[in-house]
Amino acid sequence: MTEAGGEGARRPGGGASDDGRAGSGAEGGWTAAVRSRLTTRLSVDELLPARQPAYVGSWVYVFGVVTIAALVWVVASGCVLALMGSAWWHTSSLGHFFNSIHFWSVQMFFIFMVLHLWGQYWGAGWRDGRAKTWMVGVVIFLFSIVTAFTGYLVQQNFDSQWIAVNAKDAVNSTGLGGFFNVLNFGQMYGLHVMLLPIGVTLLVVLHILQVRSRGVVRPIGDPYTPEATGGSRTGERPR
Amino acid sequence: MSGRRPPIDKGDYYRGVRMAPYDLVKELAIALVGMLVVVLLLSAVLSSPDVPSATIQGWAKADPVDFVTTAATELSGQSLVAQYGPPYNDGSGSVQSLGPIDPQQWAGVHVAVNAPLDFVLEPLSQATVGDQTLAAALSTFNTATPTQQQKWLNAYIQALGSASVTGAQVTVASGDYGPVPTLMSRLLGLARTGGLDALLLTSDYFYQTDYSKPLLFLGDGGYFSGLAQAQDLTGTQWGMMNETGRYPGQAWLWLYTLWYQIPPFTTASNADLLVVVVMTVLSLALLLIPFIPGLRDIPRWIPVHRLIWRSHYRSME
Repeated sequence: MTEAGGEGARRPGGGASDDGRAGSGAEGGWTAAVRSRLTTRLSVDELLPARQPAYVGSWVYVFGVVTIAALVWVVASGCVLALMGSAWWHTSSLGHFFNSIHFWSVQMFFIFMVLHLWGQYWGAGWRDGRAKTWMVGVVIFLFSIVTAFTGYLVQQNFDSQWIAVNAKDAVNSTGLGGFFNVLNFGQMYGLHVMLLPIGVTLLVVLHILQVRSRGVVRPIGDPYTPEATGGSRTGERPR
Repeated sequence: MSGRRPPIDKGDYYRGVRMAPYDLVKELAIALVGMLVVVLLLSAVLSSPDVPSATIQGWAKADPVDFVTTAATELSGQSLVAQYGPPYNDGSGSVQSLGPIDPQQWAGVHVAVNAPLDFVLEPLSQATVGDQTLAAALSTFNTATPTQQQKWLNAYIQALGSASVTGAQVTVASGDYGPVPTLMSRLLGLARTGGLDALLLTSDYFYQTDYSKPLLFLGDGGYFSGLAQAQDLTGTQWGMMNETGRYPGQAWLWLYTLWYQIPPFTTASNADLLVVVVMTVLSLALLLIPFIPGLRDIPRWIPVHRLIWRSHYRSME
């Protein structure tokens, strides 16, 4: 892992010259730079280590993985509901059961995501260069709220109607009502079953990659003291 | 790279930290199975809410006076939607601004709704086939002056306050209402058959998924909010985070909902915009916690982390 990263770092334009073809900018080709970065940051050893710091045994780390598990069942049950059509769950007991799985998976997803968020807050998980990881996590939280909101709008029942009629005033007040029309079922359905879930899933994948590539932050009061790298950190300062 | 933080090598970062075997994949597999069991159990035992949608047909049958009153108010241009403003029309009744900041007006009309025409006159004109009485009433109304129209409508809306319902008819005391009673009677009849539900969705295209008009019309009536009140869904009942029945709703909106329960948001005419601004500021603060002195230091000041990493601290001692 270190070998590959070091090689890539020493020869960032290596990809362009390996096969004898010149890339744009010779040694500084984009392809080689991306490959170097991926090789350095996202090797299999980095992503799936067999050993972790002993303090990762804390219960607080369970919330993140359980949130991912809930998301898997949210997406899976949502795929079945989308496959069978928007009205299926109103007319079929099996459809209603799948809707229930979707409903409770979403509830579990939010419960554990909020617990994960609080856990990371009280552990100051953004320390030692992990601010972007925290920020992507917050974006996932906000994105998930919009995704769930559109889900409530496309249930095709009284709850959808009432939420749409009331939510329109807040959306309209921002000037976005003409572009994000909560009364337009077709628009909300497209967003809910396609664009927003893809966005949440991609962000979660990015978040996991961020966590795995940097590793889990050290406990507060047991700070990292850089030697060879001379790195500075966001959040807690050396003291 | 000058001025940029070099990547932290994990070997360096974890120097001096005791490492232990940890099976990430096994942990995920157990979480997946455990979560599936939990949601299957919850689904089997508790199911999920599905209160049928309200229809204009149901409204016209359950509360014909409210329906006719709402329709007459729409026709007079005095309803909430008729005077709403952007994105529906050029009104100003529901336009919210914050000083000179007026995004609702800036954005303009994008979902055009003409309440008298879209909710009453256009559907009625679709129903004139074979109904000479209705055609004549529509003609009389459309050729009258706006002043005359308002005079008929105002008198009729006032009379509806003491209306009685006989069978499928709404009856008011005698008065000078012009063709309005005929128009309203026909609209009520159309609604009771379910025809108005369909006509409010009619467009120049075969396919239609935009329910803006029927929902806006339903929302203007008292029947719709009455159904919500019975389900504890109104704003003063923390309705934004409630669900029909005894199910959890969007509980994650608790903070958003909270503002609507306290001054000055409870009385502000631009409460929605104020709440959106407050929540945007709070969301940005959450996003930028790593860079905000004070907020980022709280975890050090209040030692919840002693619980999180209890074993680690014990081993350090």
